[in-house]
Amino acid sequence: MEPFTSLRAGALPIAQPNFDTDQILPARFLQKPRAQNFGEFLFRDLRYRSDGSENPDFVLNQPAYRGARIVLAEENFGCGSSREHAVWALYDYGIRAVIAPSMGDIFMSNAAKNGLLTVVLPEEVVARMIEAVLARPGLEITVELETQSVTLPGSASHRFEIDAYRKRCLMSGLDELAYTLTLLDRIEAFERDYS
Amino acid sequence: MIAPVTPARTLFEKIWQQHAIFVREDGQTLLYVDRHFLQDGSAPAFELLRQRKLEPRVPHRAFATPDHYVPTHSRDLGSLRDPEKRAMAEALRKDTEAAGIPFFGLDDARQGIVHVVAPEQGLSQPGMLIVCGDSHTSTHGALGAIAFGIGTTEVAHVLATQTLWQRKPKTLRVLLQGALREGVSAKDLILAIIAKIGAAGAAGHVIEYAGPAIASLSMEARLTICNMTIEAGGRAGMVAPDSTTFAYVQGRPFAPHGVAWDRAVERWTALVSDPGAAFDKEVALDLSGIAPMVTWGNSPEDALPITARVPDPATAENTERREAMLRAIRYMGLEPGMALTDVKIDRAFIGSCTNGRLEDLQTAAAVVGGRKVAAGVEAWVVPGSTAVKHEAEARGLDRVFKEAGFQWREAGCSLCLGTNGDLVAPGMRCASSTNRNFVGRQGPGSRTHLMSPAMVAAAAVSGRLADVRRLLENG
Repeated sequence: MEPFTSLRAGALPIAQPNFDTDQILPARFLQKPRAQNFGEFLFRDLRYRSDGSENPDFVLNQPAYRGARIVLAEENFGCGSSREHAVWALYDYGIRAVIAPSMGDIFMSNAAKNGLLTVVLPEEVVARMIEAVLARPGLEITVELETQSVTLPGSASHRFEIDAYRKRCLMSGLDELAYTLTLLDRIEAFERDYS
Repeated sequence: MIAPVTPARTLFEKIWQQHAIFVREDGQTLLYVDRHFLQDGSAPAFELLRQRKLEPRVPHRAFATPDHYVPTHSRDLGSLRDPEKRAMAEALRKDTEAAGIPFFGLDDARQGIVHVVAPEQGLSQPGMLIVCGDSHTSTHGALGAIAFGIGTTEVAHVLATQTLWQRKPKTLRVLLQGALREGVSAKDLILAIIAKIGAAGAAGHVIEYAGPAIASLSMEARLTICNMTIEAGGRAGMVAPDSTTFAYVQGRPFAPHGVAWDRAVERWTALVSDPGAAFDKEVALDLSGIAPMVTWGNSPEDALPITARVPDPATAENTERREAMLRAIRYMGLEPGMALTDVKIDRAFIGSCTNGRLEDLQTAAAVVGGRKVAAGVEAWVVPGSTAVKHEAEARGLDRVFKEAGFQWREAGCSLCLGTNGDLVAPGMRCASSTNRNFVGRQGPGSRTHLMSPAMVAAAAVSGRLADVRRLLENG
């Protein structure tokens, strides 16, 4: 995964609550190996009609949003299935940050492990951002991980919270497993006393 | 002498503390994993391990059984035409065999949906910390364990280290009182809870189901309730172990035996929330007020009593909600204001990790007995495990279903999410005892109504959504 420091990019508004991981990545693609470009399957059944043609009504198919690297979503984005493939699909398409008032717990955890930043901001703040982007498609949003801030042109910055370690992993591209393996002696000590 | 004051702790807190190895600077805790369940979606996790030249560290703490990609019309994996599906189920066998991880394959009577199999085999026990690469791992909390779903990278992390990093979630207590009425089941109860608190109502929280009504709920009922805790956004669902739990676990193949059993029960008896233990949130519900529930929309929170009507978006509290309702009503092919009992169905499905256990099949069979599946409806029973299937056959339930016109199939996840190729065709409507009514969940364009197994049975014989209580009255 690429290190994440800052990002200035267009945002894709997903203006509906409870947007589940089945919508992000339908179950029939779970059998594909990770080497596959899951970006092709992102929002598959919304992006394409049953005959395989693009659905012009879906937001991602509108020219101003095609190059989006940020998703702006409503409450409970990424709820449902634990499939990490949903994160892979977003990442492979080029999405590097998701901003929403709340997200599925497992989704956020999966995102952190794949270089996808999840930003939780108050509902009214995200609602205003979605409005702004819908009014001016292609409007670029700036996400700074160092300062933990999200900024829309011509408006105040919004600070977000993130675990210090998760932040460090994202900024350095470091992964958690390598770190945990350095703690094996502690794990073994725990196991010795554990029945 | 004054006894030292120990702060009152919740059931969750007690089990969490017993598994905490190390707390990192940012507050995340490294937790020890007692049991790691694997299903046939695990191939990418084993691939991650191979890339890093790592091997499963404690193979005897893992157990595997294929469920997502297995055929349910036969036990022959070769009957799956899609080579990628076959490869997923095959990979689990090869990966676990190479690692020395116990594997219950298609030729094993212990095979089935992992969340049905593990409690059934006595693998899930009180006080344990259990994970699995599937969101419905919350099921096992019914035994008085902390159990939650994880992603692929975390599955690889657990395989390599037997541990997992977690930020401690908040706690939510759902206090249950009163008794469920005739024709109303645990599924109706959990749908009522989700409708009340919302699909994100328990986000960031572990739910403990407690209160005087718990004692009246069977183990299977508790498994159903904890299973769908994830549909309220909950990290995990739990029930403190009691005599029902102990009676359920005792004598199962992987349960402790003899002196070890007595010691275990002594330890497990302490696994209750102390009086005065603080929860971050609390919700109360009276079971006697719950009617059989069905969902009308595309989120499990869109659940209503069967006596209700499809809601009118014009009455929505805000624009956002109105749009969500309109979208769902359009996708589901419904009309605002129509009676739910006027909704005709094409398919009926009894099964899944939510409702594929023996008690589920029994309550459905009681409705089906002496009746016929309505013309034009294709009805399936897919037992949650091979053991459930055998037990149901020993009791003659298969005959009841088959005589009514149901297909009696082999164990697996099947139509719940269609990964094995069992699908609901576009535009078709399914009365389903599963857990998710998401857009396209049972296949692209499929329309799912969630309900209890008895309510699916009622719908199957009526050809439309139906109030099971009317059928029970008429014997």
